[in-house]
Amino acid sequence: MPSRDEIYEKVKAALVDALGVDDDEVSPAATMVGDLGAESIDFLDIVFRLEKAFGIKIPRGELFPEDVLSSSEFVTNGKVNAAGIAALKARMPFADLAKFEANPSVQNFANTLTVEDMVRYVQGKLAA
Amino acid sequence: MRWFWIDRFDEFVRGKHATAVKNVSLAEEHMHDHFPGVALMPNSLVVEGMAQTAGLLVADAIEFNRRVVLAKVAGAEFHFDAVPGDTLRFEATILDLKPTGSLCKVTSTVGERLQGEAELFFAHLEPGEGVPKLFEPDELLQWLDQMHIYDVGRDEAGRPLARPDW
Repeated sequence: MPSRDEIYEKVKAALVDALGVDDDEVSPAATMVGDLGAESIDFLDIVFRLEKAFGIKIPRGELFPEDVLSSSEFVTNGKVNAAGIAALKARMPFADLAKFEANPSVQNFANTLTVEDMVRYVQGKLAA
Repeated sequence: MRWFWIDRFDEFVRGKHATAVKNVSLAEEHMHDHFPGVALMPNSLVVEGMAQTAGLLVADAIEFNRRVVLAKVAGAEFHFDAVPGDTLRFEATILDLKPTGSLCKVTSTVGERLQGEAELFFAHLEPGEGVPKLFEPDELLQWLDQMHIYDVGRDEAGRPLARPDW
């Protein structure tokens, strides 16, 4: 099992290639959308690169649970409801959702995922 | 009118790689003003030719059952301009292929010289995912015939590709 730093370096390389950002723009705290400018299609590209770099399989919706965010069961008036938050936490144990919980508007979700979340996600996959 | 930026395939190996050619001609209308007296093919159109080469390779590999859309140019570099009289040779290789998308590497050469190289990312969309139907089956088949895909196409074992019965 590679160390956290080894995983971080590979995640960083994948993000530099997929997003065309510079090395020094990627930091653990950088948000994928807000800081690195990832668009929805980039997530598909990132998934491809992570799968290849780590030899893992990333099922659709696991890294970015778009189905929860577009479900009427989990979203009320543009905000993720309590059941939705519970679903996101269950689906995304790797992500720190505390900030999002404070203002769970669906459009804020895009700014929730950080580079460190991606590293934790990969760590979880490799440990499984 | 269709947006054709390749003239024909010279090689087509299902699911693997393909080579297509594009003859650059001063008869193409966009050359008349781009630029007056110094005609050159914009590299954005070279990318389109690369995308048509790789896109058809990918679409065939998934049996044309999803809409293959160029989603992202993950990186592109050009070394010189393509000008009237050049024959561009696009060589596309599938690097990764999944149901939802694919990544291809494509080069463009003129003779022995590398004119450009790009990594192209395609999304494979199902009906209802926001992209209207791209082709009628008979139009698509006509295009594939015009591109000689079923003349030169082979599967991995080297057997000729069967022309679909649409």
